[in-house]
Amino acid sequence: MRIVFAKGLLNALISMLGASLIIFIMSRLSGDPLSLLLPMDAPQSAVQAMRHELGLDRPMWDQYLIFLWKAVQGDFGRSYRWQMPAIELVFERLPATIYLAMAAFAFSLALAIPLGVLSAVRRGSWIDQIARIIAMLGQAVPSFWVGLLLILVFAVNLQWLPAFGADGVQHVILPAIALGWYPVAAQTRVIRSGMLEVLDSDYIRMGRAVGTPERLLIWKYAFRNALLPLVTIMGVYFAYMLSGSFVVETVFAWPGLGRTVVEAVFARDYPVVQAGVLITSILFVLSNFLVDLSYSIIDPRIRL
Amino acid sequence: MTAAPLLQVENLQMHLHLRRGVVKAVDGVSFEVHEGETLGIVGESGSGKTMTCLSILRLLPIHSDGRLDGSVKLDGEDLLQLSEEDMASRVRGPKVAMISQDPMTSLNPVYTVGDQVSGPFLYHKLVRTVREAMAAAAQGLRRVRIPSPERRLKNYPHQFSGGMRQRVVTAMAIACSPRLLIADEPTTALDVTIQVQIMNLLRSIQQDSKVGIILVTHDLSIVAGLCHRIAVMYAGRIIETGKVRDIYRNPQHPYTQALLQAIPHLGQKRSRLAAIPGQPPNLIDPPKGCRFAQRCPKRMSVCDDYPPATDLGDRHVVNCWLAAKQ
Repeated sequence: MRIVFAKGLLNALISMLGASLIIFIMSRLSGDPLSLLLPMDAPQSAVQAMRHELGLDRPMWDQYLIFLWKAVQGDFGRSYRWQMPAIELVFERLPATIYLAMAAFAFSLALAIPLGVLSAVRRGSWIDQIARIIAMLGQAVPSFWVGLLLILVFAVNLQWLPAFGADGVQHVILPAIALGWYPVAAQTRVIRSGMLEVLDSDYIRMGRAVGTPERLLIWKYAFRNALLPLVTIMGVYFAYMLSGSFVVETVFAWPGLGRTVVEAVFARDYPVVQAGVLITSILFVLSNFLVDLSYSIIDPRIRL
Repeated sequence: MTAAPLLQVENLQMHLHLRRGVVKAVDGVSFEVHEGETLGIVGESGSGKTMTCLSILRLLPIHSDGRLDGSVKLDGEDLLQLSEEDMASRVRGPKVAMISQDPMTSLNPVYTVGDQVSGPFLYHKLVRTVREAMAAAAQGLRRVRIPSPERRLKNYPHQFSGGMRQRVVTAMAIACSPRLLIADEPTTALDVTIQVQIMNLLRSIQQDSKVGIILVTHDLSIVAGLCHRIAVMYAGRIIETGKVRDIYRNPQHPYTQALLQAIPHLGQKRSRLAAIPGQPPNLIDPPKGCRFAQRCPKRMSVCDDYPPATDLGDRHVVNCWLAAKQ
């Protein structure tokens, strides 16, 4: 267990280092910041002085180490647009994004698990067909369109739920459905095929042969075995919901990190972009780390 | 043995409806097993041995449309007429249990042995609490001679050797003291020395509990050591049945004779192993007459009709025209 943990941590650190390097290089690719900071007709000496002052005349790897050192301390610089330290802005917006991602995640699992299990248990039945249609719709329809449709039906026509904002539980429902529907398809398929394989196994037959009730056989003994592949893609999709939620956040005016970063990109507010992307990638790596850990909880053979 | 048999199977059929046709995996099988008796079912792969066993428990392969016909009477009650709920709650476990072929895949890898062995005690309400079930499970492991059972309950299947796993499977199967135990090639996947241990275990369980055993195998030496009677299956049917001694000393069906001849003996001067030429027939469209006729060295024209059962006395029954004509 300790080895698994240490290995996971090491992997996470390496991934983080890679992410920081990519973020650093990408932000350098967008051009010389001096051309934005100084007037067009500034004398060459002033440019040189500014370059030296900002440390831009140092070698690239030196600049990267400085960036890294400051990033570790949480210093990404000040946001031009919001007039506050970038990292503070990111941490202010982050909880809303995590909240939405978790709600969407819960929704997608609440739909995918029963659909996947039941469509495996009753293969070829009407529930299998319905699961296939629901999953296909989620996969085929873009989330902003689902979002608009949900607003139209539930907020405008039926007036059951609010269309935008983030004041309470009722506000998260529609964006969570819009964001969570897409992964349902893949999750349902993974659970279904996992369950089909497990239900055909010797140990399930053995369980049946000693009179294990069907309910236990499916939801306890088979399901846990079918969980491993699901957990793998769960990690991927949770990360997707964290980082890919800006479309849904925009549609529902959800005050989250995704929308903030997109706005920062348009405003060329690089400190916010760098801080936002780096924090998101930390969450991404963290969720993968949790996936690795949960393998060993689900399957004792991995604990060794 | 004049008492009513423990298990009486009559004209059992299991047909699998597949896309390419109806596979008659078990096609009119009849036999009986008495209390405390071991019946060996032998035959080559695909002859329907395993399917016959699964039919008794009504556990059909899940991804195929299987249909059962005939009757399977256990203590006079026809299992084929029971509801699925009755099968699960009353029959599987307390009345009939099964030890399956491969101990490496028969235990759930993600639950402890204690969880799996204690299950049957709880499902069939032999105990009330999980703690009692665990105590019963420890007792069960002790019964199949697993050392330090209390400690082993917390282990996972991958922490057991093959032979030990088969003991665990056996403990699961006999948890509720079934009347009939079906052992489907219980030793095929094990080393020879471990095979003997498992066979001895089955024998001692039978001596303790008078359980009737159906032992499926293609290993005739195991049959000789453990069984009282043998049923020889070929292409979904039983073609000869009788006491072990009668079958070994006086096999009547050419297929049985060929099977026995295929056993290599030490000291015998033979350059090649004796094999039975040809392949078993396709079970989607089996021949109308004797199913072995295609490969039979003593084939006659009358073999185009299915041979009637001939009773040679002392429950030695054979379906072959050679015996019928005598």
